[in-house]
Amino acid sequence: MPISKLSDAELVRLSREGQLSLSLEEMHEVKKYFASRKREPTDVELEAVAQTWSEHCGHKTFKGVFLTNEGEVKNIFKTYIAAATKKVGAPWCFSVFEDNAGIVEFEDDWLLSFKAETHNHPSALEPFGGAATGVGGVIRDILGAWGDPIANTDILCFGPLDFPDSKLPAGTKRPQYIHDGVISGIQTYGNNMGIPTVNGAIYFDESYVGNPLVFCGCLGMLRKKHYVRKTKSGDVALLVGGKTGRDGIHGVTFASVELHEKSEETSRSAVQIGDPIEEEKIKRAMLRVREAGLASGTTDLGGGGLSSAVTEIAQRTGGIDVHLDNVPLKYPMSEAWEIWISESQERMLLTVPPQNLDRVVSIFESEEVEAVPIGIFNSSGKLRIKYKGQIVADLDLAFMFGSSFVQKTDARAVQKKHEEPQFEQPSDLSAVLLKILGMPNVASKRRVIQKYDHEVKGNTVIKPLHCFGPGDAAVLKPLDGSWKGAVLSNGFNPEYGKISAYWMAASAIDEAIRNNAAVGGRRFAILDNFSWGSPQKPENALALLDACRACYDFGVAFNAPFISGKDSLYNESPLGSIAHTLVISALGIAPDVRKCVTMDVKKNGNALYLVGETKREFGGSHYYKSMGFLGASVPQVDKEKAPRIVSALTAAIDAGCVRSCHDLSEGGLGVALAESCFAGGLGASIELPNGMRPDLFLFSESNTRFLVETEDENALKKHFAGLPLLRLGDIGGNRVKVSAEGKVIVDAAVEELRDAWEGVPR
Amino acid sequence: MKACVMRAPGTNCDSEMVRALKEVGFDAPLVHINDVLREKNLAQYDALVFPGGFSYGDYIRSGAIWGKKFVAVLKNELRDFVAAKKPILGVCNGMQVLVEAGILPRTSDYPEAAMASNAFGYRCMWTWLRVEKNVCGTAGLYKKGEVLRAPIAHGEGRFTVVPGTEKKTLAELEGNDQIVFRYCRPDGSPAHGEYPWNPNGSLDGIAGICNPEGNVLAMMPHPERASFFWQFPDWTRGEKRSDGLRLFRGLAETVRRSI
Repeated sequence: MPISKLSDAELVRLSREGQLSLSLEEMHEVKKYFASRKREPTDVELEAVAQTWSEHCGHKTFKGVFLTNEGEVKNIFKTYIAAATKKVGAPWCFSVFEDNAGIVEFEDDWLLSFKAETHNHPSALEPFGGAATGVGGVIRDILGAWGDPIANTDILCFGPLDFPDSKLPAGTKRPQYIHDGVISGIQTYGNNMGIPTVNGAIYFDESYVGNPLVFCGCLGMLRKKHYVRKTKSGDVALLVGGKTGRDGIHGVTFASVELHEKSEETSRSAVQIGDPIEEEKIKRAMLRVREAGLASGTTDLGGGGLSSAVTEIAQRTGGIDVHLDNVPLKYPMSEAWEIWISESQERMLLTVPPQNLDRVVSIFESEEVEAVPIGIFNSSGKLRIKYKGQIVADLDLAFMFGSSFVQKTDARAVQKKHEEPQFEQPSDLSAVLLKILGMPNVASKRRVIQKYDHEVKGNTVIKPLHCFGPGDAAVLKPLDGSWKGAVLSNGFNPEYGKISAYWMAASAIDEAIRNNAAVGGRRFAILDNFSWGSPQKPENALALLDACRACYDFGVAFNAPFISGKDSLYNESPLGSIAHTLVISALGIAPDVRKCVTMDVKKNGNALYLVGETKREFGGSHYYKSMGFLGASVPQVDKEKAPRIVSALTAAIDAGCVRSCHDLSEGGLGVALAESCFAGGLGASIELPNGMRPDLFLFSESNTRFLVETEDENALKKHFAGLPLLRLGDIGGNRVKVSAEGKVIVDAAVEELRDAWEGVPR
Repeated sequence: MKACVMRAPGTNCDSEMVRALKEVGFDAPLVHINDVLREKNLAQYDALVFPGGFSYGDYIRSGAIWGKKFVAVLKNELRDFVAAKKPILGVCNGMQVLVEAGILPRTSDYPEAAMASNAFGYRCMWTWLRVEKNVCGTAGLYKKGEVLRAPIAHGEGRFTVVPGTEKKTLAELEGNDQIVFRYCRPDGSPAHGEYPWNPNGSLDGIAGICNPEGNVLAMMPHPERASFFWQFPDWTRGEKRSDGLRLFRGLAETVRRSI
């Protein structure tokens, strides 16, 4: 592949047309390197460099420089995300940001590993395959850190299902088609592999029409001794799993550019094909190998295929000789570069000391999984690849991992101003509540949840639909002989991001944590998953920076370290950028699952309390949205009070004085009260306090608030001494009644509220 | 007391099955189907268990590949096991396997029933089950008319027979006391084919059947996921159930009596 004589324009064209997705500066670096070696690069070498340097693998934006009106900010990952983790300094963090997944301590020598991935662009082109392989990929991330996958989570963002066809841009698929395909993909992969899908969310917004989002998370378990990461020179690189084919070529470089009309033609081959049963077999074999302690390291083959996996480990030992001929192929493939970067699914790389090789191979064979040595690690400082008797790549690892290119991102944008709408209180608030309950982002996701097996393994203690109400978090009891639980929750609200990315991120952290705390979780480890529009647009870049700042501020405030994360940038379509979307996934622990609390109200006569402060925060709320407003008063988080409220709730739950607890999010108190009541099949009468217009109080979306049911009011009050706690009323009857200023403003039968939420016509 | 919990590629409900069996006193080794087929020694076990999952991807039809693979190699051994009145339990994919293997509804060279696609597609949800016969060892320690809870998680669980023979088959199954569990409403009244009480459209609401001798039991709902109180969907409301575990206790008693 001659590049020494190419002009700048030709270099740019080669990068684009060859789907290398490298910048001109990077192409210059490549050109310079090969000029110094006095030869032209091979196609394998160019592709290998493109994989390693891709946004997907290299995170160039996060690690680059942001130019702001206040000066330069370097490496926003290190400055904000990693810095928060460092500042928190949690001793129970076992491995953060290092490996395929973040790992924290659980019980005795047991660890939990947690990771979430995005698979947005593949899901836009081929929803079923894109989502299925997204699930498969994140499960392999867990396997790649020696974890046994025990639960999946999925957060999905789609265009409105009733989006008119006439407004769809060319090459964009209908939201309903994408929705159905993505859900079947997740269903097929998770169910067939026998991993319960226990937590998630589905969100609809017009900005996702051209670029849906698929966040796949996986939780794993391992013992400390299982975690082996000591590949040495002389160890064998063992490729295990499915055969390699042409599916998933240029997946990472495709992920690093914007979607366009021709994506279907140019990048269909970037979507991989999944086979969950193959991965199930790999999982069995991997767990046997880890139990026997026979391997020295492992990583999964995901983005960038062999190229990323092999070079990542080779970098640790200092070099490798690869024999590409050994790679088992689905069909004859003549091009070495295709084999090298193919992202065919269900493949893992193990590193095995030579004396253990036979035993490892025989374990894989007994599970009917192919395992083939493809190279030997060394300390040559080089990545050398042999294919059909020729050296097809001979690259210095120092060059591959030593790119001096620093991405500069212009974040000199002006914050948009928003206005607060003025309107009279609607006369029929019951109707408003029923309407909000039926809005797509609030309404029941039961039909989807029931397509996912959330019970397999028999460890799901708190389920996604406990008593047919929307649970706040899922709890698993993964160890026989221990009552300790792992608590999974998430938080995100793209609507707030339309007003302020900073407060969106703060709210996402607050929501993930309050969901977790609502069932009895604590000691939160969190994941940050960014899906963003192109950072080359300054307004997107500034929002990204703001969100990262909030991550630092509130990760530290809640004492919640980030343990892993992922960024998917360039989520663009002909309809423009997606709404800024930061998903925070929280992993908490519950010391004794028998003390966990669910959101359904339990008993007539029990008192209902509102924990937390209700403020004039309606911007981005579903109340405003129901009237077509966005507003400006986005919910904020009180850095000082919020963590104290959460701790007080935890103490109250531990003391047994909380019978039910539900977090307040979209739709505020009104929706939370309705959900808790219809889940418990009981009514309630509450009285709103004076001082705020009743409709605003009912639907404010202020953060760090919970609806709490108690039998022991005095005990509850003690736990919240000095913190905002308001007695709302009592449980009873079969209607939900809200009164304010002496008048009943909401009065609806529990059944009616449930039907509105379930979408049952009345 | 040794129950062989088998697994094929794609089996994935084995860990909870092993746990439930151990809880009632079984030694419950988890054995790969290839080892079972190689050893050809079913007689060493007191009970055989086919757990749930997606064996061999459930390509063709659910349970078809595992069922055929098993009888292709071990037909006689399996029939001997059945004839010796030793218990066999199949849950979910295990039920599909036993039907495909020609063990249920009775021993036959070809399947006499099918576990067809659910009327409303795959569902993971809790169901109510009515016990249709009195304490039958393999089928647990239940009384006729009792209402149990257990979750289903399958896409192909609609018990079906050759069209036109439904009445005759049902009469036979009733006559032989082979219908063990039917889906029902929470109060135990018949589902009458109505969703969600009958979640998959199963013929006459059949959720679990046994062979005429009563030693082979198969069911689509998962008793191993309803064995401990904390597995139930409403345990936080105060009820402490263990419906599924009583099935395994019955199994254990049967085996204890026989050895």
